[in-house]
Amino acid sequence: MSETLLQAEGINRFYTVRTGLFGKSATVRALSTTSFNLQAGKTLAVVGESGCGKSTLARVISMIEPPGQGSFTLDGTTIKADEPAASEIRSSVQLVFQDPYGSLNPRQKISQILCEPLLINKPEITAAQREEQAREMLQLVGLRTEHYDRYPHMFSGGQRQRIAIARALMLRPKLLVLDEPVSALDLSIQSQILNLLVELQDKLNLTYLFISHDLSVVKHMADEILVMYLGRVVESGSTEEIFTNPQHPYTQALLSATPVADPTLEKNRIQLEGELPSPLSPPSGCAFNPRCWLAQDQCKKESPELELQGTHSVSCHFPQRC
Amino acid sequence: MAIVDTQIEAIEQQRPGRFREFWNYFSENRGAVAGLIVFLSFILIAIFADVLAPYSPSDQYRDHLLQPPFWQEGGTTEFLLGTDAVGRDMLSRLIHGARFSFFIGLIVVSISLLSGVTIGLIAGFVGGWVEIMIMRLMDVILAFPSLLLALVMVAILGPSLINAMLAIAIVLQPQYVRLTRAAVLAELPKDYVTSARMVGSGTLRLMFITVLPNCLAPIIVQAALSFSTAILDAAALGFLGLGAQPPKPEWGTMLSEAREFILRAWWLVTLPGLAILITVLSINLMGDGLRDALDPKLKRS
Amino acid sequence: MALLEVNNLTVEFKTSQGPFRAVDSIDVAVGANDVLAIVGESGSGKSVSMLAVMGLLPWTATVTADSMMFNGVDLAGLDSKQRRDIVGKDMSMIFQEPMSSLNPCFTVGFQLREALKAHLPLSRRERKHRAVELLEMVGIPEPTKRLGAFPHQLSGGMNQRVMIAMAIACKPKLLIADEPTTALDVTIQAQILELLLELNQQHDMALVLITHDMGVVAETAQRVSVQYAGQKVEEQSVEALFATPRHPYTHALLAALPERATGKMLPSIPGVVPGQFDRPSGCLFSPRCEFATELCVKEVPIANSDDPTSVRCHYPLGKSASVA
Repeated sequence: MSETLLQAEGINRFYTVRTGLFGKSATVRALSTTSFNLQAGKTLAVVGESGCGKSTLARVISMIEPPGQGSFTLDGTTIKADEPAASEIRSSVQLVFQDPYGSLNPRQKISQILCEPLLINKPEITAAQREEQAREMLQLVGLRTEHYDRYPHMFSGGQRQRIAIARALMLRPKLLVLDEPVSALDLSIQSQILNLLVELQDKLNLTYLFISHDLSVVKHMADEILVMYLGRVVESGSTEEIFTNPQHPYTQALLSATPVADPTLEKNRIQLEGELPSPLSPPSGCAFNPRCWLAQDQCKKESPELELQGTHSVSCHFPQRC
Repeated sequence: MAIVDTQIEAIEQQRPGRFREFWNYFSENRGAVAGLIVFLSFILIAIFADVLAPYSPSDQYRDHLLQPPFWQEGGTTEFLLGTDAVGRDMLSRLIHGARFSFFIGLIVVSISLLSGVTIGLIAGFVGGWVEIMIMRLMDVILAFPSLLLALVMVAILGPSLINAMLAIAIVLQPQYVRLTRAAVLAELPKDYVTSARMVGSGTLRLMFITVLPNCLAPIIVQAALSFSTAILDAAALGFLGLGAQPPKPEWGTMLSEAREFILRAWWLVTLPGLAILITVLSINLMGDGLRDALDPKLKRS
Repeated sequence: MALLEVNNLTVEFKTSQGPFRAVDSIDVAVGANDVLAIVGESGSGKSVSMLAVMGLLPWTATVTADSMMFNGVDLAGLDSKQRRDIVGKDMSMIFQEPMSSLNPCFTVGFQLREALKAHLPLSRRERKHRAVELLEMVGIPEPTKRLGAFPHQLSGGMNQRVMIAMAIACKPKLLIADEPTTALDVTIQAQILELLLELNQQHDMALVLITHDMGVVAETAQRVSVQYAGQKVEEQSVEALFATPRHPYTHALLAALPERATGKMLPSIPGVVPGQFDRPSGCLFSPRCEFATELCVKEVPIANSDDPTSVRCHYPLGKSASVA
């Protein structure tokens, strides 16, 4: 059993927005009470549709925003709602963004992009050492050292994503938060980047928090999965369990809605009615009840708790077990 | 190990560089190229005024008072563009006037750009009531007719070229503040800024090293355009007697000195006026080209 | 006879760095009631070729084709007035971003009625009636109420339904859907694809689906045309394509799908899609192809246009080619 690197306990994050010019302010529950554990060297995937809170979770864990309530423990240090995190602990988690065109400063050379994290966080390192480390990192992510003095616009999307990963790794973080790292890339490039991520995880013993909406990518990459809906975790468990024995109706619907690249496969698709409710006014009771084909009176009144059932947890009054 | 790209070399050699690309867009606009040529020669004239001018701008040739340009009856090739009421060579005065105009433009743009960009960065980054205060103050400055405000300031500070430049700089500065703030607000939510925050960049570093270089394109265009505004405003103040003082050969001051000879000696008024016109026009044309080349929103893919 | 038949379509763009060939001699044939998927990565020219057929490209583009027959009319010979009568009526298109395809200044109902007004001789009342009918047809709840809604008041999925309603307003014979579900969530994607297939079957409307998602292709298309760097590399029925891809590019693309992975490492295609400045000589895929020989680098492979199963490759993979 490996050690736990990240432990989140009841973190949430609400935003206050004003509706219209003179409207009342309303609360968006972007992320409601979420708890999970992540073992060192493993990959935890967070899946869900837009507005389910997965990007908010990424921002909280990578300490761009503090949690509204609750706390999480990263590598032995606890980060709470109102305490700004120390810079040492900040550098042990880094984020890779979805869009490799927006995440690299277009006015900086690759050398500056890679050396900047060291320059700020480790001022004791000499310029020559910085350069050496940056060049090593370039090779590690599969680029050549000749690329060192070029600008980002000279690179393709896949190469830029490699550079973004290299920058995130410069501070030798333990946890890498990957926010949809391949969804902006073409299929043939996507597999290159996924391979790179697998390799780096092996070599550097990295832990991944992998945010994605693409279930086939998640199935390939993840050890464990967190399924989210409207700011809540509805189901969590090992990848194997989630894919072979999904118990929450939403997870089942999500799995059946995902297109499979096999035209011979006959599918019995669960067609979900309606749209995602607005996070400004989530439905009472279980958030999924207006779209759920199994919803009963209890679902409209009581919000189900995330309960451990067997080896994986489900937040549903009537979980579907097979 | 992951696959190293074999094709990057090929891209490298054939994709035009940054400057090349800029020049491609810029040169599509013929007016801009013409403007650039005129502007460059204007700068050269300003720099080499001492060498180019046939006479000193303040030497008075009492035998040649109000002599017309050489192609007119009574003109000589000795004084190509004629002389003024006290016998000074017009050509030399105009050449030295270019030096003043260039100097005014440079100083005014530098002052207003530096202060405006800094204030704009602060407004964009700090936000809250600081931003509101700054932007309302800028609105107040913009609400005044610019020349009137400069007039008032010169009246308070006293008429001199330096004070006139200061006044014009203050009048021009709100444009930079607004422009910078807007650009900063557009850049801030981008991922690379978040990424710089993630690695622990301080606010100053974020402001000047991360964000500012990405906001420069519209600011450069504005700088070119306000260069011409500065020259024009300084000439106006000079004409009103509140800018450069005679006998300095500043174009606006020359115009005002020549007021009483408008009917008798056309060249005294027309030539400085033409000089101002050509300079301002060339800079504006060049500014348009710069905007086409630098503003990505107008770029054709 | 095919509903849409385009032969040897080429599109070149004028750019400041010289001409750029975005589409390179492509043939497209769509029968009435067909579902054809055009698959390719970004830069494969899949959208541009369809925009060229619709006549919606900007002035920088030069379109040439041996023939562009639609419903018995040669599109190339039409002036812009005649073309407008066909485009939007018998042939219409929906786009990737439903939010930006609708005009944010006008209500959904107004835009829908405008679309009807342009092509059908209906009275004001009939138009309104038809608009409600159309919204109902694309599965929008409370259609009468939704007519007064602005695009920003509706979700992405709803807006895409409105776009579809506008596109099918005049009962087109052909609907071109350019990545219609890429911007949408999977559960909404399933709804929209279902709707498109339903329209295809119930209203005799041929469908051209432009996409990069192999899963979407497998579940919706009847025939698939694969494009790479502006060229069509192969075309097959969907079952045959997924079982026995004949072009090495298709083969590699399918093998790179994470869901087909057998180990932790995915078989991936090295390099990137060639752009404007690095087009290789010979076969465009040769620098990335594992089967490439000297012949591939030297000579451009040409598909036999008479043989519909022919492949743009010197060494097409046989039936025995295994799919990893």
